[in-house]
Amino acid sequence: MKRETVGQTILAATILCIVCSIIVSTTAVVLRPIQKLNKIQEINKNILQVSGLFDKEKSFDDNMKTFEEKVEKKIIDFSTGQYVSDIDTNTYDQKKASKDPVQSEKVPGDQDLASIKRRENYSFVYLVKNSGDKVDQVILPVRGYGLWSTMYGFISLDYSNLKTIKGITFYEHGETPGLGGEIDNPNWKKQWSGKEAFGEDGTVSIEVVKGLVDPDSEKAKYEVDGLSGATITSRGVSDMLHYWLGENGFGPFLNNFRNGEKNNG
Amino acid sequence: MAEPKFKDVFFTPLIAKNPIAYLILGICSALAVTTKLETACVMAIAVTLVTGFSNASVSLIRNYIPNSIRIIVQMTIIASLVILVDQLLRAYFFEISKTLSVFVGLIITNCIVMGRAEGFAMKNGVKMSFIDGISNGLGYSIILIAVAFIRELFGSGKLFGVTILETVNNGGWYIPNGLLLLPPSAFFLIGLFIWLIRTIDPEQVEEN
Repeated sequence: MKRETVGQTILAATILCIVCSIIVSTTAVVLRPIQKLNKIQEINKNILQVSGLFDKEKSFDDNMKTFEEKVEKKIIDFSTGQYVSDIDTNTYDQKKASKDPVQSEKVPGDQDLASIKRRENYSFVYLVKNSGDKVDQVILPVRGYGLWSTMYGFISLDYSNLKTIKGITFYEHGETPGLGGEIDNPNWKKQWSGKEAFGEDGTVSIEVVKGLVDPDSEKAKYEVDGLSGATITSRGVSDMLHYWLGENGFGPFLNNFRNGEKNNG
Repeated sequence: MAEPKFKDVFFTPLIAKNPIAYLILGICSALAVTTKLETACVMAIAVTLVTGFSNASVSLIRNYIPNSIRIIVQMTIIASLVILVDQLLRAYFFEISKTLSVFVGLIITNCIVMGRAEGFAMKNGVKMSFIDGISNGLGYSIILIAVAFIRELFGSGKLFGVTILETVNNGGWYIPNGLLLLPPSAFFLIGLFIWLIRTIDPEQVEEN
């Protein structure tokens, strides 16, 4: 068989390309709904975890049901700090928006504590109800650069004063396992609960310190133990909270809330 | 060339001609995915399947592949299989696919897959090529899992995420060896394995 002629070569290449592309595109299309659902459920699971509602004993589906019942998704406008109602919470893709020049704005270098470069104009916030069906925490998405990667997470604040931290979690990061990757460590995350995010004067005061927090220090309630061997990741976590809780992040939204506008949403 | 025997094809790549320890292929991914046993195992399975099926597919069409574009043809087949594996992982093993992230895609660049397609599948029948691919994948897996076992156990005191040695961070006694969590440690471990294998089997040592 002559298979070295130009015609044969092109024919073989064409057939191969068609066959391969059909296989690849078919799997991609068939599996896309499952993959999309995975991503959404992953985020929902993390919101439940940060709010303390996630129950390991329960099945995954039951947990998702808790999410439906207890968590209310809202979208806010960063610049005004107000809720917006004309964006569909089911279709808004915050991650995509943060990269889209139309839906985001550039963060000036001197303000860009979290090294995120662009910040989307609208963000999800999640209101979580307690067992008595009253809202008792508000969960804010945060992200920032650590040592190797952007760390994506959630922070939960007490709804009554919007100062006390109830929990923190990270759902996506690429930090070194065992060192910076310890931001996933439940024991480390536990100590965030009850810390104060804002000082008396209202500025963001929470810090991940180097080494251990001195329990006798006046600042102990604003401080969290650093991760050993992960100075840069620890600093990344501090910086990200300073950015997102500050005036360029959720600051205006939190202020509106504190000034008694809780019910206007 | 005589038809190779099943026994030779299957067993030589496991230890005697291990792709990592003897051929020194596929080192790059061995460094990246071996901090945890779980990821190493999934990576091992993924590579084994990809090598097996890419060998089989290349062998199946080996008589129709024009010589001038054979490398591109192999590459296309491998790339398609890797995308397939990646998509399946994302749909059904979401947690694991998150930690493996880019490394699944990088199976494409794993020299073992390409090396076996070019070196074996282009000359042999479908069945033997498939076996050769699988056994080379298993040879890779053995080293990968051994390295991951040591790195996870002594680096973070765990095996498959289950705590074996209670680390100081969690209030235990074990001070983890941080070096084992960084990529260079895999180099040292692989080096030690190669040393061990060549001490047992001196035939592997190249003559100067």
